[in-house]
Amino acid sequence: MDTSTTLPCDGATGLDAEVLRQRLETLASSEGIRRWDLGASCSTDTSVQVDRGEPKQMKGAQRSAVTLRVWNEDGLVGITSTSDLSDAGLARALTGARDASAFGNVDEIPEFSPLATAPLPVLDQPLRPTLNILTLLETLKEAERDLLGRHAAIGTVPYNGLAQRSSERLYINSDGACRQQRLTTASIYLYARAEEAGRKPRSSGAVRLAYGAADLDVSGCVDEAAERTIAHLDYAPIRTGRYTCVFSPEAFLDLIGAFSSLFNARAVLDGVSLSRRESLGEPLAVPFLSIHDNGLHPANIGAAAFDGEGTPTRRLTLLEGGVLRNFLHSEATARAFGVAPTGHAGMGAKVSVGPDWFEIGPTPGSGGGASGLDRFAPGSAGEGQGLVVIDSLSALHAGVKASQGAFSLPFDGWLVQDGTVRSIEAATVAGDIRSLLKAIIGFEGPAKVTPDGVCPHVWVEGLSITGDA
Amino acid sequence: MVVSPPAVSGTAVFPQGSSRRTDSPAGLQDPAWRSVLEHLLAAGRSAGADLVEVFLERSDHLGLLAEQDAITSVSPSFGAGAGLRVFLGERDGFVSTNDLSPSGLRSALEQALGMLGLLLPVRTAASFEGLPELRDFATSKNGWLQECPTLAEATSRLLEGTDRLLSHGRHLQVRRGSYARDWQEVLVAASDGTFARDIRLHQSVGLNVLAADGDHRASLGRRYGTSDRPDDLRHWDPEVAAVDLCGSAATMLHADYVEAGQFPVVLANRFGGVIFHEACGHLLETTQLERGTTPFADMVGQPIAHEALTAIDEGLSDGAFGSLSMDDEGMEPQRTVLIENGVLRRFLSDRAGERRTGHPRTGSGRRQSHSFAAASRMRNTYIAAGPHTPEELIASVDRGLYCKSMGGGSVGPTGQFNFAVEEGYLIENGALTRPVKGATLIGDAKEVMPRISMCANDLELAAGFCGSVSGSIFVTVGQPHIKVDMITVGGR
Repeated sequence: MDTSTTLPCDGATGLDAEVLRQRLETLASSEGIRRWDLGASCSTDTSVQVDRGEPKQMKGAQRSAVTLRVWNEDGLVGITSTSDLSDAGLARALTGARDASAFGNVDEIPEFSPLATAPLPVLDQPLRPTLNILTLLETLKEAERDLLGRHAAIGTVPYNGLAQRSSERLYINSDGACRQQRLTTASIYLYARAEEAGRKPRSSGAVRLAYGAADLDVSGCVDEAAERTIAHLDYAPIRTGRYTCVFSPEAFLDLIGAFSSLFNARAVLDGVSLSRRESLGEPLAVPFLSIHDNGLHPANIGAAAFDGEGTPTRRLTLLEGGVLRNFLHSEATARAFGVAPTGHAGMGAKVSVGPDWFEIGPTPGSGGGASGLDRFAPGSAGEGQGLVVIDSLSALHAGVKASQGAFSLPFDGWLVQDGTVRSIEAATVAGDIRSLLKAIIGFEGPAKVTPDGVCPHVWVEGLSITGDA
Repeated sequence: MVVSPPAVSGTAVFPQGSSRRTDSPAGLQDPAWRSVLEHLLAAGRSAGADLVEVFLERSDHLGLLAEQDAITSVSPSFGAGAGLRVFLGERDGFVSTNDLSPSGLRSALEQALGMLGLLLPVRTAASFEGLPELRDFATSKNGWLQECPTLAEATSRLLEGTDRLLSHGRHLQVRRGSYARDWQEVLVAASDGTFARDIRLHQSVGLNVLAADGDHRASLGRRYGTSDRPDDLRHWDPEVAAVDLCGSAATMLHADYVEAGQFPVVLANRFGGVIFHEACGHLLETTQLERGTTPFADMVGQPIAHEALTAIDEGLSDGAFGSLSMDDEGMEPQRTVLIENGVLRRFLSDRAGERRTGHPRTGSGRRQSHSFAAASRMRNTYIAAGPHTPEELIASVDRGLYCKSMGGGSVGPTGQFNFAVEEGYLIENGALTRPVKGATLIGDAKEVMPRISMCANDLELAAGFCGSVSGSIFVTVGQPHIKVDMITVGGR
């Protein structure tokens, strides 16, 4: 194979930024394109699934992808994406992007990020060796066997998987920016299904992430999946009404993630956020709630050092003392707001903006709402009230209307009443996110690290629960 | 401008002796692929695999977004790749790659074989007799991509749509139009003699609005999609779509939130069919049988639904989003009666499902792309028309909910399903009264199916997307108006 068709990406050696740059410069020059940038990624994956002691499916994948953005002679921007990193593929992507640029948005023209060459944060991300797929298989079979043995009612683990990935991504532009990051990650998930005679099936599970398959906390994942599944076996319907709810860290992070357009400058400019430009500095939640976006948190496995525009990732205060302090930005939205990009951009004809990893908890010095929880302390007036613990939320894609602030979501959880804890058969929780953020009465327990962020249990009063009773 | 057809990359496989080409207008139609595929299949069989399947794909996508009165995003993409699957007994190994070079494909095969403890042989034994004549379903489709609307035409149509919204809407804070065109060429070869090629074309166009008036907000959308009709965007009527959407937005803007409880519900036709898709359709896929997550295992021939209900899944309806000339395993789709007068008749099955569960294939092996192994998936799935008028269904309800427009939904491993209602109305004393919003319907498949007691005579289909084990695929849901005697309505 001659050099002109050598892929600048393969599973063994990863992306070659310099080869890509030289090719793009040559191709762009021949097409008369002077300004361009490019985001590329390359990965190799292996994964296994099992079914009652037998391998169900074993998968491998080699993927490459590039998104190329060009500025035409009128300064308008066009893009094209492709999985074809050959010369022919890049040439076609370049001309495709130039053709698309004729329809570029004159009202909002992206620029290179002013931070695309700023120093990057140093991340402690050890590169772990890839394990043989048969080793993955044995590990998962053992985990499944362990989980099935935890309770007679657990008959299958219908959703399970052990996967490992070696990946690389880069960002380069015609002004000389060059970002590159290599990463290895691994994950295991176990979702068990349990059924007792004459009763409905119940299901729950757990997930763990690590930098390598050998580092995964497999036994912790089995313990948590077993504990959660068994805890839902004894269930009963719940009466429809208003309840004080305790969100698990996972559930509250899911909810905040679904309404992250509150903090998203792109959504604000597009008119689909509940926040407005003038919302900065206004109270959005109870005064003891703080939310930061921190992709650099050491527990964030797979953290990106830079965003799709090459801007370094950083910790950003979103809510402090319940007051909205900052929005997430791309280059274009930051320019519109007169601030610096925050490292939350994707790459596209219209650049998307999104959060990385949330840190949610009490505002330092605020007391963290402890007085709210005192109402439920033993001997207090609220002691006899039923509490609903929301373990996990479902169907966020359908049940959240982010631009309206409304949610109506099925959930798995428990009713805590009169000293007993019983799983709830089937129910939904509904409300308005703005009302919810102002109805938080406190936090409970230490913050828990999850794949989506870190958060303690969050108590909220007065939410509508619909049940079957 | 006309977006050019995708080209096989410069690293594509060509037999030794042929000249290397960096651009092949013939794409997967090139007869040179035959010997490449035969070599791979023979090598896999010689290694000891029971069955080897190679899925080659080229794709070309265009996404457009119009906001208010401007085009804000033009997003073309193209690609190529292969998925190689090897079976040994009931086990299988699957490897996908973007590298279509000889060494890339051979390496992928070697990896897939290795997952099953098999080794690529040094020499290929005579264990594969070669591929039969190509079944080419795409002979009349090679020009489809060029027949699609140009970028200029498509952007112009979208702007017509957002302009029509402006004309007909009130309190509209956001007006959006979007268009997606997905072109895919596939070539499937397997050691059981499968050798087939097809071209698929899916186009969809949608309008969305966010209406706002003080604290009142309503966001709604309408989407229209077809398959295999290159000029369909030209037939889309933005005026009709805008009038319909703006009417709903005006109604829902000041609607109250629905009162929670358990009620009889009448679901409108078209996208109302999402209830059957989520509550039952997924549970009739052999992938669910394999997982042990369907309550309907071993119930073929037994009643699982009300006798008023007959349900069908097929890939044949002309132009429907879930229609196919062949599935992603090279099999022609069938019309599969799933439930007949309440009795379970058949499961949807793919190649792996047939090997693992014994249910014969139904032409339902589907995948998003070469990155996914095919799995049994729905195509055009709908409840058959019944004898009643929609008005009769509504008149039969004293107090309940009418769901005119549905959002998305999902089903979990215990058969618990849910879906959102975008536009609802109270039914009081047999008539529609106030609009209500914020409803989520939840239920258990086994309990709800017998409660679908009345079907109207106005069956219609609607385009949608379904995400599951083999990725996001184009599907159709559908039904006439139906009545569910009782279901839990989540609300405030």
